Amino acid sequence: MAKVRVLVAKPGLDGHDRGAKVVARALRDAGFEVIYTGLRQTPEQIAEAALQEDVNVVAMSILSGAHPHLFPKVVNLLREKGMDDVLIIGGGVIPETDIPALKEAGIAEVFTPGTPTGDIVDFIKANVK
Amino acid sequence: MSNEKIQAGLDKYNASVEKATAKFPERPNLPEQRLYTPLDIKDTDYADEIGFPGMYPYTRGVQPTMYRGRFWTMRMYAGFSTAAESNKRYRYLIESGATGLSCAFDLPTQIGYDSDDPISEGEVGKVGVAIDSLADMEVLFDQIDLGKVSTSMTINAPASVLLSMYIAVAEKQGVPADQLKGTIQNDILKEYAARGTYIFPPRPSMRLITNIFEYCSKNVPKWNTISISGYHIREAGSTASQEIAFTIADGIAYCEAAIKAGLHIDDFAGRLSFFWNAHNNVLEEVAKFRASRRVWAKVMKERFHAEKPKSMMLRVHTQTAGSMLTAQQPNNNIIRVALQTAAAVMGGTQSLHTNSRDEALALPTEESVMIALRTQQIVAYESGLADVIDPLAGSYYVEALTNKIEKEAWEYIKKIDEIGGAVAAIEKGYIQKEIQDSAYKWQMDVESGAKTIVGVNKFQIEEEPPKGLLKVDASVGVAQCKRLAEMKAKRDNDAVKSALADLKKACQDENENLMPHILNAVRTYATLGEICGVMREVFGEYEAHVNL
Repeated sequence: MAKVRVLVAKPGLDGHDRGAKVVARALRDAGFEVIYTGLRQTPEQIAEAALQEDVNVVAMSILSGAHPHLFPKVVNLLREKGMDDVLIIGGGVIPETDIPALKEAGIAEVFTPGTPTGDIVDFIKANVK
Repeated sequence: MSNEKIQAGLDKYNASVEKATAKFPERPNLPEQRLYTPLDIKDTDYADEIGFPGMYPYTRGVQPTMYRGRFWTMRMYAGFSTAAESNKRYRYLIESGATGLSCAFDLPTQIGYDSDDPISEGEVGKVGVAIDSLADMEVLFDQIDLGKVSTSMTINAPASVLLSMYIAVAEKQGVPADQLKGTIQNDILKEYAARGTYIFPPRPSMRLITNIFEYCSKNVPKWNTISISGYHIREAGSTASQEIAFTIADGIAYCEAAIKAGLHIDDFAGRLSFFWNAHNNVLEEVAKFRASRRVWAKVMKERFHAEKPKSMMLRVHTQTAGSMLTAQQPNNNIIRVALQTAAAVMGGTQSLHTNSRDEALALPTEESVMIALRTQQIVAYESGLADVIDPLAGSYYVEALTNKIEKEAWEYIKKIDEIGGAVAAIEKGYIQKEIQDSAYKWQMDVESGAKTIVGVNKFQIEEEPPKGLLKVDASVGVAQCKRLAEMKAKRDNDAVKSALADLKKACQDENENLMPHILNAVRTYATLGEICGVMREVFGEYEAHVNL
């Protein structure tokens, strides 16, 4: 089977990328191909990068509170581009109460502070198409 | 006791430990040495290396009387939603006994965009207050006497603009600029390395910073023109030694830039301030504070030949470590913050922000902020930790650890010098990579159980989702955009246009100090986005390159 390709992305203006970088490295160490977008990506840029890089997974991180706005926007753009099979996950400082709406919008899972990176690896392995 | 006698005793002790550890092995992952004795600091010269408070090399503190004169400034970082909403929180904090203000701005403000810019969508008022123009700043400080309060502003790339707005509000209150007290963070190098709210490339950014140094030394002399920040470097995952080393390397770069621009070291160095993290390991943190003062004093004296004592003093604001707060069992964070507060106080900080228990989940509620402020007050008034200056001096362990952190910091500074200084080290990604490696190691240690975080990888319980978190309503963005549109309709748009044209011309002339031009534009109610837009046109934007 071809290597799973993951785009780790930082949507919005948030500069906190410790988590995104740690996760990116842990995913790489787990055997995935990882592309990290760097900071300050618009939803359009993320969707375009996902398409260009032909990824199986988009993993987004936000700590600024802009997730209710930005996560669904990325999902919609990916769907518009026909990337229906891409597994989309999110993480960051995200209150429990926001998670149901994010899942409804198409985020497969939301990983909050304290999550071991192994949980993310396992989730991707179990759910990637 | 002679060293020989101590050594004999130590040998005897070590022999006994061998037997004991055969039966009861020690916990793994602890520092190399289990016990410290006078032998560990036998080469430390008290007069040269430790000395006295308020005297070179300031290991024991920058002021002669420290907290016996007055306590540190209890400064709570706050700001969210609109200027009116944040103004209410500031007045609540002042009424509760906070002794300084600390403004948090939202991300569009920190990156020089107006609230109505498409890129700001979803971010307005979220992590701080939205400021688009002088009109918002007037509301933010409504009924707060800028002649009395000292205000710290966490603003970097557009620091010149926000400082200008503050000066302009003061003018309207009748407070002259030379009476203003406060700090702008204005530390762009750590934005490239760790925090991410950069706008312009390093060269024009360094010019803006030296312009501010020069302008303030003449016009706003009580203002701290920069807060050279290790806080975010630590939050991004660095070790204690890396925190102070990379930050002091940044400090060296700012001094070199200012000297190159024609300033004399003693004309600006006294207004440089620092910003440390208070992390979990109490004694390591105390040693870090002490080591940092010693390193900076030596840098200023030996490298820059500063002569004024004030130029050699590392004055520091501290914040407890946000990254050490856990989303699990959030009340445990109260205890973590109390210990971090103890570390900052025994380390001799000049001001302190204490985080609230709910900040791994959301912005803090008023009740949580009150507990965090009370933590400082309990440490100040009840714990006795602030009664004697530098109380841990002379501890074999703390002195040895101070020496060790100092040594590690010098090694990093030397390495960065070899690369060509902090700017080059950041451009090459060296500092970022060092921080990332430490962050990854920390995470792997937590996941392997080598490091225990209570409630996260040990002592977990099933928990109900937390209730009563603060939520910034999405309507804030809409309301702020409306306010901005109304302001733009009312102002003299010709005056704005001409002020912006004048600023553009000044940007193109490297020898021109931009501060007076920015202040003029601010007075016409030109927006932050318009002013930064002009600078973006001339200076371009920084593009980061990440090596995982």
